Amino acid sequence: MALQFDPAYNRRKRRLQTAVFGLFRLLSYAIALVLFVILGFIIVKGISVVNWTFLTQAPTDGMTGGGIWPAIVGTFYLMLGSALFAFPVGVVSGIYMSEYAPGGKLVAFIRMMTNNLAGIPSIVFGLFGMAFFVTYLDFGDSILAGSLTLGLLALPIVIRTTEEAFRDIAPSYREGSLALGATKAQTIWHVLLPMAMPRVITGLILSLGRVSGETAPILFTCAAYFLPKLPASIFDQCMALPYHLYVVATSGTDIEAQMPIAYGTAFVLIVIVLVMNLVAGLIRRHFEKKLNTK
Amino acid sequence: MNKIEAKNVDFYYGSFHALKGINIAIPTGEVVAFIGPSGCGKSTFLRLFNRMNDLIPGARLEGQILIDGNDIYDRSVDVDVLRRGVGMVFQRPNPFPKSIFENVAYGLRVNGVKDKAFISQRVEEALTSAALWTEVKDKLKESAYALSGGQQQRLCIARAMAVQPSVLLMDEPASALDPISTAKIEELICELSSQTTIVIVTHSMQQAARVSNKTAFFYLGEMVEYGETKKIFTNPEKEATQNYITGRFG
Repeated sequence: MALQFDPAYNRRKRRLQTAVFGLFRLLSYAIALVLFVILGFIIVKGISVVNWTFLTQAPTDGMTGGGIWPAIVGTFYLMLGSALFAFPVGVVSGIYMSEYAPGGKLVAFIRMMTNNLAGIPSIVFGLFGMAFFVTYLDFGDSILAGSLTLGLLALPIVIRTTEEAFRDIAPSYREGSLALGATKAQTIWHVLLPMAMPRVITGLILSLGRVSGETAPILFTCAAYFLPKLPASIFDQCMALPYHLYVVATSGTDIEAQMPIAYGTAFVLIVIVLVMNLVAGLIRRHFEKKLNTK
Repeated sequence: MNKIEAKNVDFYYGSFHALKGINIAIPTGEVVAFIGPSGCGKSTFLRLFNRMNDLIPGARLEGQILIDGNDIYDRSVDVDVLRRGVGMVFQRPNPFPKSIFENVAYGLRVNGVKDKAFISQRVEEALTSAALWTEVKDKLKESAYALSGGQQQRLCIARAMAVQPSVLLMDEPASALDPISTAKIEELICELSSQTTIVIVTHSMQQAARVSNKTAFFYLGEMVEYGETKKIFTNPEKEATQNYITGRFG
């Protein structure tokens, strides 16, 4: 008997495919739309506030006027400080986990703890930072304590991206280097690190973007409600954009006058994070071009 | 004079008995081919000669492997010094993400050679001996990845030869290459055999027949037969060898 296909079945399966893909498309558009709405909202509300004075002046008139310069500077210091702590520690740990640590239960355990660390709510980091850095180590409410607390928050991201970047390098590159009489350390430094660099740097910058927007960790460790002067040392408190946004939006004397400032602050914060992500992408592309491995 | 000697070598991956009681003597200056079906242990055996299997967790060696009469698994042996003298070329070209020049200079640099003029000279010599110099001499600063697959493999050979190893291990060096590149690699093997002892693992029996003086046939972790290549391919003593080279299995 000749094989007979049902043309109606073929039409049905194509219609189903069109419908399902349409749904997928709709969902992915919707996600992009949400992002655009949030961005658009902040831009529309915030951009009219942002001008040279806003970016370069300290707040005046009980937070109802002036600008956010000290908060921008404070956020910059905190990002720099947390980077100086989290980058070396995180990259070294990531390399150790991928290249040196003996396999088995210990590494699996450390990896699990690192992942759990990433899942701890940031307010808990803040509490720990207050108890450990501020009180126990007696750093006081300071840029140092805030940076270290934020650094702890960034650490798991840095460790994980570094470890994964190294782990994804084909074993034949390690073998090729070792086979020439290079030591493990030489292999890591001369061959693996340059190959892992694009992803490591990207991870670093993305973690910084995350750090720049965190409020809870600096709440008890560093952030000041208002400071007339810029911080002079790492033992001073500082203002910071996310915390500033929080205080002007919630605890002011004149909410009407403060809301535009809140939107302006949010706008600046978002621009900083977006620029960081953009820079991460550019750096990644630069390194990849230099490697030109594919 | 034997360059490499293996005495009663047994090798295990965890509980898997990968090599069983192997004895072999590889004379200085010869090209020796290891043939056998996939999983027979020939690559594993090759990788014992530069202690590449040290990297594998749970691996265990019994017996002795001597190079120039010295036990290379002795506690006093520095593995990086050993590997400097025992070069290796891998199945797939694995140039480093560096320039052509730096790829070849790498082995010198990681072994502490600093003299720039000397490095330049060695790089040229190594590239020449790998029959690559004329093709790359005007683009030494370019990335090694700009080269074709066959050129990359010859670059890896130059890289290995730059430190003047007395043994060169080749683990299926042409299996990822096209026929023309393969022919070039085979020519190279013949030329390099004047400078160094070569041990080559290959899947291609024709290749073994073309390039080697001696051939060892491995099957299921045992070395079934070892002798002059001509004899192995025309008049083998063991039935298993006969079956393999006539294509009855493998």
